[in-house]
Amino acid sequence: MKLELSDAQKQARLRFREFVQQRVAPYAGGWDREERVPLDVIDQLRSHGYLGAPLPVDSGGGGMDAITYGLLTEEIGRGCSSLRSLLTVHDMVAFAVRRWGNAELKAGLAARLGSGEALCALALSEADAGSDAASVRTEAVREGDEYVITGRKKWITFGQIADFFLVLARLEDKLTAFLVPSTTPGFSRTPMHGIVGTRASLMAELEFNGCRLASRHLVGRPGFGLSHVFSTALDLGRYSVAWGAVGIAQACLDACLEYTANRRQFGVPLRDHQLIQRKLTDMIVNTRAARLLCYRAGYLREIGDAEAMAETLVAKYFASQAAVSAANDAVHLHGGNGLTEDYPVARYLRDSKVVEIIEGSTEIQQITIARNPPGEL
Amino acid sequence: MADNRKARIKEFLSRFFRNHELKDDEDIFALGFVNSLLALQLVNFLEGEFGFTIEDDELDFENFRTIQNMDALIERKTSAAGVAV
Ligand SMILES: Cc1cc2nc3c(=O)[nH]c(=O)nc-3n(C[C@H](O)[C@H](O)[C@H](O)COP(=O)(O)OP(=O)(O)OC[C@H]3O[C@@H](n4cnc5c(N)ncnc54)[C@H](O)[C@@H]3O)c2cc1C
Repeated sequence: MKLELSDAQKQARLRFREFVQQRVAPYAGGWDREERVPLDVIDQLRSHGYLGAPLPVDSGGGGMDAITYGLLTEEIGRGCSSLRSLLTVHDMVAFAVRRWGNAELKAGLAARLGSGEALCALALSEADAGSDAASVRTEAVREGDEYVITGRKKWITFGQIADFFLVLARLEDKLTAFLVPSTTPGFSRTPMHGIVGTRASLMAELEFNGCRLASRHLVGRPGFGLSHVFSTALDLGRYSVAWGAVGIAQACLDACLEYTANRRQFGVPLRDHQLIQRKLTDMIVNTRAARLLCYRAGYLREIGDAEAMAETLVAKYFASQAAVSAANDAVHLHGGNGLTEDYPVARYLRDSKVVEIIEGSTEIQQITIARNPPGEL
Repeated sequence: MADNRKARIKEFLSRFFRNHELKDDEDIFALGFVNSLLALQLVNFLEGEFGFTIEDDELDFENFRTIQNMDALIERKTSAAGVAV
């Protein structure tokens, strides 16, 4: 067993870190307050090849290996979870379309999705269908060579600006996936405001009012929409969110190491108090443990091991809770300042709760992991 | 060759079907163990283990219903592509 990044991976991490330190982290608090990631930073992601990075080069993507992609996601997540969530949703949809889309659909589109020229979002959840994804009510009807989609979706990250939506609908009661362009007549979106976590992620509610699609927009076969198409997307989404959670935990640690070194109470820096050291130690250890689980999941993805999905669940489950715990302690260690917008830790806490709820909440992971435990190391 | 392939599939599935000796013609969906995670893991396993890609129009539960059917799918895919398994 050798657990070490290659030189190329270490260099990539430095590049990602520099990008985030210069162009993301200093502005993330402002984006959060304004509830919007600016379009020019999305252009920068594109021009650096950070959108579609894990997709193969032959479909316009960056061909990034799973570990390097993890490092990218951690670094972006360390600076801004809202921006990280764009990578998550875009990549998971582009990846699933590349995997299960038909040749005709991909011919005109793969390169645009792979490069991030066209942005994708995932439209699964509805007002009455969250954890129980199979209960979606959006309906698809076949009419000749076309499909007509009718229904509403809620909580769609980057739904305000995405160009394509991967939509889960019922076709003759079979769960089926479609790729719906935002230009389809009958499609409309309403921005959602006042969400307290990943507040800058341009969330929207979507309405499909008799959206008529050519048959090539069917992704996978009818009945395989959730089990294969969305599961492919969600698997990558969980991998991405797990790394994003490591990013939040690391950001909390960075903030706390600095704050507790500078803030003095009872005549010494906070970090000299043993009860503070206990919190810092838990944060250090949990962050490292979460990252190691992500490395393990990434390694298995890289070698194409069938265990990768199960190991990714474990990583997401642990890392998201590590992020919440680190953020909770981070706010606490900052005392009153932790509850102000002068410090980023309150944002980290709000964002960490999101990663514990999305891509399968903690309880849903508990159910799934117990039923599908990964095999021996 | 086919026996060896079936044994490899059976070994993979046995982790999910603990305490059940799975037969080659047994319907794995009817046994009630297959959730959506396993369904996709099975696709990934067959692709990785036997070196081919399952296309969108090959998503058919019949292909995955029994070890026998999976073996027939592998046979079709690999003989078409000239892959040795
Ligand atoms: C910031 C944010 C971004 C999102 N982005 C997207 C997106 O881009 N696309 C999209 O489709 N959706 C998105 N969602 C929706 C998200 O996927 C759902 O919120 C999530 O699946 C949980 O569903 P729910 O909110 O309906 O909660 P519910 O399913 O109602 O769950 C409520 C609580 O009950 C628990 N629970 C549910 N079932 C069980 C059970 N069987 N046993 C024990 N406990 C259970 C849950 O864990 C949770 O704690 C987003 C949500 C948020 C908050």
